[in-house]
Amino acid sequence: MTELVIIGGGPAGMSAAVAAYERGIRDILILERDSSLGGILQQCIHNGFGLHKFGEELTGPEYALKYINMVFKRHIRYKLNTMVLDITNNKVITATNETDGIFKIEAKAVILAMGCRERPKGALNIAGTRPSGIYTAGTAQKFVNMKGYMPGKNVVILGSGDIGLIMARRMTLEGAKVHAVCELMPYSGGLPRNIEQCLNDFNIPLKLSHTVTKIHGKERLEGVTIARVDESRNPIPETEEYISCDTLLLSVGLIPENELSKTAKVELSHITSGAVVDQDRQTNAEGIFACGNVLHVHDLVDFVSEEAEIAGKSAAEYINGTLKKTVNIPIKTDGKVRYSVPQMITREKDITVYFRVADVFHNVKINVKNENGELVFSKRRTKAVPGEMESITIKEDKIKNAKELYIELEE
Amino acid sequence: MKRNLTCIVCPMGCSIDVNIENGEVIDISGNSCPRGAEYAKNECISPVRTVTTTIRCSDGSVIPVKTDMPIPKDKVFECMKIINHTSIPLPVYPGDVIIKDVFGSNIVATGGTYNDNCGCKKQGRF
Amino acid sequence: MYDVVIIGAGVVGSMMARLLSAFELSVCVLEKENDVSNGATKANSGIVHAGFDAVEGTLKAKLNVRGSQMMPKICKELGVDYKNNGSLVIGFCDEDKNTLLKLFLRGQKNGVKGLEILDRDALLKKEPNVSHNAVCALWAPTGAIVSPYELAIAAMGNAMDNGVRLKLDFEVKSIKKECEAYVISSDKETVLARYVINAAGVFADRVAKMIGDNSFKIHARRGEYVLLDSECGNTVSHTIFTTPTKMGKGILVSPTVHNNLLLGPTSEDIENKEDKSTTQKGLFNVIMSAEKSVDNIPRNKTITSFCGLRAVGDTGDFIINSPVKGFINLAGIESPGLSASPAIAEYALTMLKNQGLATVKKSSFNPIRKSAHYFKYASTEEKNEIIKRDSAFGRIICRCETVTEGEILYAIRTNPKPRDLDGIKRRTRAQMGRCQGGFCSPYITEILARELNIPVEKVTKCGGKSIINTGKTKEETLND
Repeated sequence: MTELVIIGGGPAGMSAAVAAYERGIRDILILERDSSLGGILQQCIHNGFGLHKFGEELTGPEYALKYINMVFKRHIRYKLNTMVLDITNNKVITATNETDGIFKIEAKAVILAMGCRERPKGALNIAGTRPSGIYTAGTAQKFVNMKGYMPGKNVVILGSGDIGLIMARRMTLEGAKVHAVCELMPYSGGLPRNIEQCLNDFNIPLKLSHTVTKIHGKERLEGVTIARVDESRNPIPETEEYISCDTLLLSVGLIPENELSKTAKVELSHITSGAVVDQDRQTNAEGIFACGNVLHVHDLVDFVSEEAEIAGKSAAEYINGTLKKTVNIPIKTDGKVRYSVPQMITREKDITVYFRVADVFHNVKINVKNENGELVFSKRRTKAVPGEMESITIKEDKIKNAKELYIELEE
Repeated sequence: MKRNLTCIVCPMGCSIDVNIENGEVIDISGNSCPRGAEYAKNECISPVRTVTTTIRCSDGSVIPVKTDMPIPKDKVFECMKIINHTSIPLPVYPGDVIIKDVFGSNIVATGGTYNDNCGCKKQGRF
Repeated sequence: MYDVVIIGAGVVGSMMARLLSAFELSVCVLEKENDVSNGATKANSGIVHAGFDAVEGTLKAKLNVRGSQMMPKICKELGVDYKNNGSLVIGFCDEDKNTLLKLFLRGQKNGVKGLEILDRDALLKKEPNVSHNAVCALWAPTGAIVSPYELAIAAMGNAMDNGVRLKLDFEVKSIKKECEAYVISSDKETVLARYVINAAGVFADRVAKMIGDNSFKIHARRGEYVLLDSECGNTVSHTIFTTPTKMGKGILVSPTVHNNLLLGPTSEDIENKEDKSTTQKGLFNVIMSAEKSVDNIPRNKTITSFCGLRAVGDTGDFIINSPVKGFINLAGIESPGLSASPAIAEYALTMLKNQGLATVKKSSFNPIRKSAHYFKYASTEEKNEIIKRDSAFGRIICRCETVTEGEILYAIRTNPKPRDLDGIKRRTRAQMGRCQGGFCSPYITEILARELNIPVEKVTKCGGKSIINTGKTKEETLND
């Protein structure tokens, strides 16, 4: 029996491990499928991490190293190149690696910190051929930053998520020509500063309300047809335009990687594709916690670390038998607020709720009401956008006696 | 002359308005912090950028590096050229200075070999 | 000189090769692509049809029924997954019901066993997710599913293990008859053969023309498919067809042997026999039609879409004949070609024998091929034994489909040896999952480079110019 097993040694897993350690848990094991700790941060060699958490601007590997050193210092155990194959509802983990073969571990508590993956091209049903030269931005990032290879020289990027923007700059610096970044929505999902320093700095056009409608080329990609889309996001045929290119990078969304959560019978949210959790980041499966991008996709790694601390601390309390659920208050959202994390409150205390809005809103009020329609919290925002996670803190006395909470956006 | 900038100092990405007269910044608004003002002023007079990239190692692999200070924006490609012309012997440790004084900044390793002092794994590299 | 040369390494050519490899014959297969099963076989519904579709008395009917009877044993020998899931043809109106009745009677004449007409209640009981607008169905318990490319690869691999030669990138440009030999040439190479089997798929008419046979034409029929995540295979448990029209069997909804959900194909005759591009309209139609026959299709779980070209002859039946002695056409092998493929090979063998091919059984012939997925299907204890012997089986490369480096290396070293990423994909399922190679393709690229002893930049997706990387980083700026 291992007290705490953490699935994933990226920023979430390491931060959760350290937090659990700080709460007195010593028997911790991190299982990491890659050949080093750090997760996706290892290939995110650009800077912009850690301002919130460490007060300095770090690159991905530097941010990871901070946590790697914390893990080392505490002698927290970890296994690399280890792939978890299955987790049962009663916390038996099956994993495999070269040295141990396929093995089972029983855990008192489990923290799910598997991160997310990119939505592939296939999911988009783009018409045309299937040549080489089409990659997700993250795959291209792995080739360029970790392996030292160029996936191509003439690039079109579909989707303006941050990885896509970062790769536009990265490919440009390595000598490629990025012809355009097409974004289906009328706004970018990426951070404004990345549009500035990754696109504008290099005069790369950002084509909003545009998509790729056709792939050309038999063996290697030869070009793409792009088109403007109407309000219902359907391509307008007369706006079609051919761009000759040998590479198409996709940055069209991230999906929490919850296959293992499913084997553990963890309830998942249709909206976040991550687990449904309470304020302690505990899932409906007792003793199984989730944090980081496997729970919901975050904008900043700093917030991942923070969330993982909650999960690590709660898992420690669970192991020590001090985590007691006292209430059961679901948090509901109105659609304009797309989702919240947590989705449940099970303990009466001050609770920070994170959420995302479904569209771009100006001058709105964020209202939290109870089941009787009474306002328990309200806050004004001049602007709320889907690309930026919002948070509010609801005080313990406001939760008391509530049966349900609703988060609404008042325009 | 008025300019509108998107601040790149932090993820907030404030929209900053700058008023410039005779080549001097006379008014900055829209920033949420002093660093934003500093950025806006620099951006109008002598814009700078941090360069993050990789460097080729003697065994053919690559290791991530960065300029430890921002360098003039118009020197970014020249800086890339200098880095790309360099191949470095291993091992490299995070924080090692790889090339000194490139447009006023040092090129330092942000990754490399690290030692696991708890003995779980002899040595890893990233 | 070879006794027999087979032109085309699709499922028909591969089945033919395997059958011939059981005899003391020298056999060579010529394939213009970079890998076997790269034509119609690659993008196919993977259905072993029961045999009620084809008009009684046709070769299609005869060979379909025979082929589907042979299929379980062949799949077992070749270690290929075969699942007898049964097929349902659903009808929405009285007219459909009449058509189904005709199919029922035709099936009986063709010798298909177990056919039944189901009413709505019986249908919904059998397949709860089928559209509630369906009023009746034809139930064919002998219908089954296989992976068409895995079947062709395994058949060719087994043939090669038994001595058959495979020449890839060999595009036949001319065939001449000189004395007793056929002289078959590409731009680079020439082979000689006593007998020639034309299994060239959509190009079979072009190959036949080379020996002066202008008796038939093959055109390409585009079929577009949409494939859903492997967690969706339980949406339906049977293969669901709609009542056929003259353009084909309509859009089917079927689980695959690897538990994906497959929707398709469209049916559109096109001029260009190389045009395997999907269309917006086609993909839209696939989803719309599929949603008419099955409720709750989780279309947001789409992982890829693709297009195949079916080789459609101009006679309505398979075109199996011998225009000149020693030359046999296996042409126009459209649906139910996959189901019929072992029977087509058997039929062609009889023709060869009749033309004087001497068939002496090879004592060393081994019909058994180890499953490409033997590791996946092993017990935990067996897996641990394998990992102990070879730690590469403990390294997971493809996370979505749980494929180890050991399995990839095994595929690279097993006939017919893959040379590109798509070849690895079809053999091991690595890159076949929900991330479509996002995580694992950089690793597989490196493994292939290492094993083939080529630079990483030379590794391709599917041969030719389909390189994965255009070069190393740093080079572009170095050359300034």
